[in-house]
Amino acid sequence: MTWTKEKLAGLVEPDRAHRKAYTDPEIFNLEMERIFERTWIYIGHESQVKTPGDYYLAQVGRQPVIMIRSQDDQVHVLYNRCPHRGAQLCTARKGNTGNHFYCSYHAWTFHLDGKLESMPAKGEYDGTNLDFDNPEFHMSRLPRADNYRGFWFASLSDEGPNLETHLGESTAAFDQLIDRAPGKETEVVGDCFRMVQQSNWKIFLENQLDASHPGVTHESTGKAAQKIEAKKRDEGEEVPLELTFLSDFARLGHDGWTKFGTVGYRNGHSSLEGYMGLRPDDPDTKEYVRRMYEAYGEEKAEEILGINIHHMLVYPCNSVQPPLQQLRTIRPLAHDKTLTEIWHFRLKEAPEEIYRRSLAYYYLVNSPSTLVNADDLFNWWKCQHGLDSSASEWVSFHRKAGQDEQRDGISYSAPESMSELPLRHMMHAWRDYMTADAGDKS
Amino acid sequence: MTEACDILAAADPAGVADVGVQTQLAVEKFLYCQADILDEKRMDEWLALFTDDGFYWMPSEEGQIEGDGMPNIFWEDQDLMLMRISRNTHPRAHSQAPHNRLNHVVSNVVIESENADGDIIVRSRFHCSEYFRYQVRMFSGKYRHLLKKTPDGYRIALQRVDLVNREGPYDYVLQWWL
Repeated sequence: MTWTKEKLAGLVEPDRAHRKAYTDPEIFNLEMERIFERTWIYIGHESQVKTPGDYYLAQVGRQPVIMIRSQDDQVHVLYNRCPHRGAQLCTARKGNTGNHFYCSYHAWTFHLDGKLESMPAKGEYDGTNLDFDNPEFHMSRLPRADNYRGFWFASLSDEGPNLETHLGESTAAFDQLIDRAPGKETEVVGDCFRMVQQSNWKIFLENQLDASHPGVTHESTGKAAQKIEAKKRDEGEEVPLELTFLSDFARLGHDGWTKFGTVGYRNGHSSLEGYMGLRPDDPDTKEYVRRMYEAYGEEKAEEILGINIHHMLVYPCNSVQPPLQQLRTIRPLAHDKTLTEIWHFRLKEAPEEIYRRSLAYYYLVNSPSTLVNADDLFNWWKCQHGLDSSASEWVSFHRKAGQDEQRDGISYSAPESMSELPLRHMMHAWRDYMTADAGDKS
Repeated sequence: MTEACDILAAADPAGVADVGVQTQLAVEKFLYCQADILDEKRMDEWLALFTDDGFYWMPSEEGQIEGDGMPNIFWEDQDLMLMRISRNTHPRAHSQAPHNRLNHVVSNVVIESENADGDIIVRSRFHCSEYFRYQVRMFSGKYRHLLKKTPDGYRIALQRVDLVNREGPYDYVLQWWL
């Protein structure tokens, strides 16, 4: 089938989306071209490459790339390909490449910014078209790479809005990951967990702000956590905060989630308001707030801590949970396969216990042994298979459809609802990306 | 530092203790029975395998010597293990319907040390196949057990599990211990 713009636009209606958007391999290829290989895609945080020669592999659309720090302390994003015969220059997912890249095939070497340095028997290229100053013989740089406060993104298109314009209101998520640190800096802890979802990348994004699923999907986990809470109380022990992350699923039930609003921003980004009550009245939190006051002054500190985002989706590739310093990024592999990298961060100069809350959430919700995503991943897999069925051509986003409030180009969910606003919002952005003029990449 | 992690970190990972046949057999029997309990999902018996302050640990990095306060694939005490059992056996744990099936083979059992109290450090290797979602997944790796000798037999103070593919990517989660 030839997917004309008209046909693509027809896949998205105000309150539903066509199943082909999730199941058609050709559409997946078009998504790579028109979304992932055109807009800004998350590469990684600068703390993943702390010293010169440190590199980390990433992927932009279908392109394998390297984030590298050079001797002059600049971060570069390069294609992972030798310009000679095409061999990948880095194969380990992360490491330090020393003073230069070294190709294992014919020993071509490259400076850390990608420029060709040398090769054996260099004189044999005399009189040929090989030119050390010609970028054709360098490791190619991505057309655009930029960072927002240390969070690096790249784009395979040299056209389009700059990074900050693209991120728009979603920069609040990254601000929160940094500003919540009394030391005003943040850094990744360890390596990421990598999970493969056997489902379309959009199904993951749609789940993240879906307030109507936790009480259902995670009921068993919520009940199990409540059981441990009760046991601890019986034994006269304190109930650790992290258990409430899970028991909330059961405690809030189904309707308890109506109080958390959702917002749709420009360029497809969206957010869910916070619900986790991460400002309990315990000594560790008090000490943390004291350090925040000391670092920022009371007014500014309260402003930072008052921002109430549980989840920010940075379209099309990030899901950020700032109160617990979690960041997930997706690398779509196929229409029914999505790789996720899951990171967590340490807030500089915050008490150790504040880090441990982040770590506990990372473990309970995001680790490979998670009791939470176990049921999410299973649902998404079932959705992917279900959507292969022709029982219906449509996926429903009807909850509170037509009742979103629009103000200054931003959509707000109807109050006291579990509106499916983010789902509608993302698919409308998807339609806009998929049908936009192709620019120089057509 | 967690005391049991300290003890494992201080022990010679290539050590081979000179123990009698009875001890070797008793330790092997314990490891085989643990695998059996897990494969058969006899979960009340599972918890009783561990000391009250015992941990099941799967580190996320090779050189990691401590489980507490850092990222792990598993780091579970009795309470977290009980929570996992409660969750996975709850009627609404829909990702466990149908239940997965595990099948372990444990081998290469080498006792590294036995102290004066009869406490044991033992390493072994395992293969485990899991049947889930109509497919079989394979896992393999290395166990190191720190076993306390008690009047009721051995109890696990710490079980360290190093998966050969710990970095993933993981095709779906690990719902049960390996």
